[in-house]
Amino acid sequence: MIVADQKPIEEILQMLEPYKKVLFLGCQTCVAVCMAGGEKEVGLLAAAVRLARKQQGRPIEIIEGAVKRQCDDEFNEPWAKTIEQQEAVLSLACGVGVNKLSERFDVPILPALNTKFFGEVERQGVWAEVCAGCGNCILHLTGGICPIARCAKNLLNGPCGGVRADGTCEVAHNGPRPCAWVMIYERLGKLNQRQNIENIFAAKDWSSDRHGGPRKRVREDMLLET
Amino acid sequence: MNTNEPKIVAFCCHYCAFAAADLAGVLRLRYPPNVHIIRLPCTGKLDALYILKAFEAGADGVMVAGCLEGSCHFISGNLRAKKRVLAVKSLLPKLGIAPERLEFFNLSSAQGDRFAQIARELTERIKNLSPNPSPQEKGALEGGRR
Repeated sequence: MIVADQKPIEEILQMLEPYKKVLFLGCQTCVAVCMAGGEKEVGLLAAAVRLARKQQGRPIEIIEGAVKRQCDDEFNEPWAKTIEQQEAVLSLACGVGVNKLSERFDVPILPALNTKFFGEVERQGVWAEVCAGCGNCILHLTGGICPIARCAKNLLNGPCGGVRADGTCEVAHNGPRPCAWVMIYERLGKLNQRQNIENIFAAKDWSSDRHGGPRKRVREDMLLET
Repeated sequence: MNTNEPKIVAFCCHYCAFAAADLAGVLRLRYPPNVHIIRLPCTGKLDALYILKAFEAGADGVMVAGCLEGSCHFISGNLRAKKRVLAVKSLLPKLGIAPERLEFFNLSSAQGDRFAQIARELTERIKNLSPNPSPQEKGALEGGRR
């Protein structure tokens, strides 16, 4: 899922400063699961902003709502009239939702979240990045563990000298993380595929990643135009 | 509204603080009538939104009272509630609300006197703060149930 984090409340209050009538629109997909922008977070954030604005003596009128998938016009359409009546919309979706609403409506769409990565639920309250969306998957060769996302250097032929004796990575700004290549080595052993590690990967073609500019996927057979 | 009489909402666990408040009554202990009790099946039921909504409704203070640590009937409800209260406590100053308006307590059902003492101390503490300056919906807390 797409993992996001709510922006600091100070930043959100600053963004909302010029507005008195705002829709807080959450998204009930990824950001609801990662507890950042679902219906529940809309309620909490709206209550917090109302309280703060009342303390400042500048009350704000907030409509609360959430759509199934903000990245899809058809789910946003039932909200069209409401959105058009607002001075601004605070979107609690990922960056995709904010872009989508901005393409459709001539109302300022403000981001309540910082969109971070594609992640898994490690345990309740903890999400970890495991896919980098690089556009060229090699998971069948690495035991299902992605070195592009999970190695701090995106190494294809690891591990590097930064692996510690306990198998963790020297890059630990979010707490100690296991070295992706140690994980791959152990996983390949369990799968009887350790010979895979002897393969030397050629330099990666990054053009399928963002290095080739914004990406687009087209499925001709699914297009409705004839 | 008389600014000297703060409204305090107390979210109390059914098994301890609520019973303690009941005991305080049975023991004829005096405590300020400012404390409005809302019974929860366990403080683990507490949601950060309950606290914010209480402040929005005009509460001058909010207390959450759960079982003594290690005595929760649902194992860890009181510990989870404490974490939620601490999270809201750190949010409040960013909203312009003094964090002293919110407090978490641990009680057993036998501590009627402690409940009365907490009610007195918290009422006193909140009296010393200026009233919650978001009084638009103060009526929500007037006259008990809506």
